[in-house]
Amino acid sequence: MKMLMKGTEAIAEAAIRAGCRLYFGYPITPQSELTEYMAKRMPEVKGTFLQSESEVATVNMLYGAACTGRKVMTSTSSPGFSLMQEGISYMAGAELPAIFINVMRGGPGLGDIQPSQSDYFQSTKGGGHGDYRMIVLAPHTLQEATNMMKEAFDLAFKYRMLVTILVDGMIGQMMEPVELPEWTKPEEFEEPNWALTGANGRKPRKVTSFDLDPYELEKMNLRYQETYKKVSQNEVKYEEFKIEDAEITVVAYGTMARIVKTVIDYARKSGIKVGLFRPITLWPFPYERLSEISKNVKNILTVEMSYGQMVEDVKLAVEEKSDVHFYGRSAGVVPTPAEILDAIKKIVR
Amino acid sequence: MAIDKIVAQMPKSLSKIEFSYCPGCHHGIVHRIVAEVIDELGIASKTIMVAPVGCSVFAYNFFDLDGTVAAHGRAPAVATGMKRALPDRVIFTYQGDGDLASIGTAEIVHAANRGENITTIFINNAVYGMTGGQMAPTTLLGQKTTTSPYGRDAKANGYPIRMSEMLATLDGSAYIERTMVTTPQNVIKTKAAVKKAFQVQLKGLGFSMIEVLSTCPTNWGMTPIESMKWLEDNMTKTFPLGVFVDRTKGLI
Amino acid sequence: MIKSIIIAGFGGQGVMLMGKIIAEAAMFEGLNVTWLPSYGPEMRGGTANCTVVIGDEPIGSPVVDFPDVVIAMNIPSMMKFEEVLKKDGTMLINSSVIDREPSRKDIKVSKIDANKIADTIGNSKVLNMVTLGAFAKITGLIKIEAIGKALEETFASKNKKLVDLNLQAVEHGMKSVTD
Repeated sequence: MKMLMKGTEAIAEAAIRAGCRLYFGYPITPQSELTEYMAKRMPEVKGTFLQSESEVATVNMLYGAACTGRKVMTSTSSPGFSLMQEGISYMAGAELPAIFINVMRGGPGLGDIQPSQSDYFQSTKGGGHGDYRMIVLAPHTLQEATNMMKEAFDLAFKYRMLVTILVDGMIGQMMEPVELPEWTKPEEFEEPNWALTGANGRKPRKVTSFDLDPYELEKMNLRYQETYKKVSQNEVKYEEFKIEDAEITVVAYGTMARIVKTVIDYARKSGIKVGLFRPITLWPFPYERLSEISKNVKNILTVEMSYGQMVEDVKLAVEEKSDVHFYGRSAGVVPTPAEILDAIKKIVR
Repeated sequence: MAIDKIVAQMPKSLSKIEFSYCPGCHHGIVHRIVAEVIDELGIASKTIMVAPVGCSVFAYNFFDLDGTVAAHGRAPAVATGMKRALPDRVIFTYQGDGDLASIGTAEIVHAANRGENITTIFINNAVYGMTGGQMAPTTLLGQKTTTSPYGRDAKANGYPIRMSEMLATLDGSAYIERTMVTTPQNVIKTKAAVKKAFQVQLKGLGFSMIEVLSTCPTNWGMTPIESMKWLEDNMTKTFPLGVFVDRTKGLI
Repeated sequence: MIKSIIIAGFGGQGVMLMGKIIAEAAMFEGLNVTWLPSYGPEMRGGTANCTVVIGDEPIGSPVVDFPDVVIAMNIPSMMKFEEVLKKDGTMLINSSVIDREPSRKDIKVSKIDANKIADTIGNSKVLNMVTLGAFAKITGLIKIEAIGKALEETFASKNKKLVDLNLQAVEHGMKSVTD
């Protein structure tokens, strides 16, 4: 049965159904409802909710809990995600699986609390130090976001990587009917063979991001890179919407992509054939597919709630095969369908 | 010659990896004490250690236990995550003064305040060791370090921070004691304190911490013998030994 | 069919809840919906609005440039959203608070004396549900059964009496709206 749910709450419930029983977090708008939902819900499912003293502590609690091989998660919004970058780098180095929900708001600095997509660089290029990557998933509807939670945990454990669900304040705050996913049975989850649980009858295990010998640390890094390569080969996801006959293809993700879907309806009614290419994995980015698409379309328009972040990856994919244009607003201002339609018209006409 | 009786041996909870500490450093003594306590309590199979950043960053390898290294100062948060995930395991952090009393003050204060059921071994040697003898939050007034070359000046750098006294004011702290390991007698006292701290955790009484005043002959520019005397003569004046909170009466 | 509604008023007039009940009722009608709040740092007071999109096809943008319906609960809201209301769109105004007419002549205007009706029911807070009833009547987008179900879903865990009171307010609104 479908339920009308807020984005933050739907994501939280889906995470619990995917088997998450450990949540650490710190209140920040526009995602505090997720934290509050976990505070209420975790005790009901015999899980653990802990409000930390800061996002710095949160991410380190996540580190500790992830060391034990359990499904752990947190949620935050942009300034909080910045504070977590230290721990994210350590977790990536220690190859720990965990889920981060970043409900992006306007920045930089304290910014505002309205929707934004200006943490794309931070999430996909590594906001912390070192050569690391995290898998970044960008749902565009609440249903997609809820469906994604199980997949996120599966990816995190399959590759021992961090997974960020990158959404904006709009997906966090809006309501939409959601069909909640099935419950994952706890017995389906096997304790990983690297988990720190106390060396009872086995050799002690160590989980760290550390080796002072550069050649040893290089080996660790090459192992990470090997993982990232596998993820890039196997886990790229995207959606194509009406691109077959498009004279202009819009590249957009998350909330922007769903707004663009409405624009496409408008544009086609006025005789402009517009298509949408929507990266679902922002890292790994669908370079190859976008490269192919760009051979057959003259104009590509990237639309973002930023002043141009994903467009850099779009350019890397397209090279010179078609003209790459950009339209974006940031700081919490959401481009409306009419504005985007105008931007399209300017390019086509 | 056959061995009739073993009178002393390496604790089982220490690994065979050689310590990397300088001559006269007290980390080795405290490591041994912690390992002996873990052996005596029979908890090695369920103990996980969280090492810090600092000279004891390698501690996770010196102990034959499941272990990790936290980011600088974050060990209490990491230990919190572990303990919440596995409440029936024994989790301890091992931290220096830069780690615990400077960059990690928020994490230690809130772990203690939550009454987080973990144990912290806090090594206070009044200086940053690993990075080369810079001023620590516990550096004594007038003490020269590479970043207080004219001696610590209260006007510029504030005062040595007394973490044990401070944390003892929190309701979540169950047991906090400051000791030193300069003499066999003090080693025995420290071992009793460490044992009590772990017992506090085993009983689920809340946060426990043992602060051990320690030497750093290398960065203090002294011989091991001189540094022991300097610790006893100077550090104990700013950091008096004793029990600062004990909520275990009748429970252990 | 895609229909968009902007509901706007003072904080405390229950515009967010009105939007939520409309969205939920539409969901029970088997339609797709999105509900998007304007959100700010203030918990109470100030102005508030939300956008509801209802459709029998998948809904793309939850953000709306030109709504089909505007429900204005106060004068600033009427003035702000009158400008963007679609041609031939519907403006439903709370005539208890709004003592003037919209200036545009290419729109349909309906009025509901929401505060007064709420007072006669005996609870001034239900003015939003009175207005919701008026909306349901003039647009035909949601039926009383679905509204009842949505109210049930929202209030039943708290208080069964609240469901009845709110439903009564909706029914009054349906009867009292002027075209």
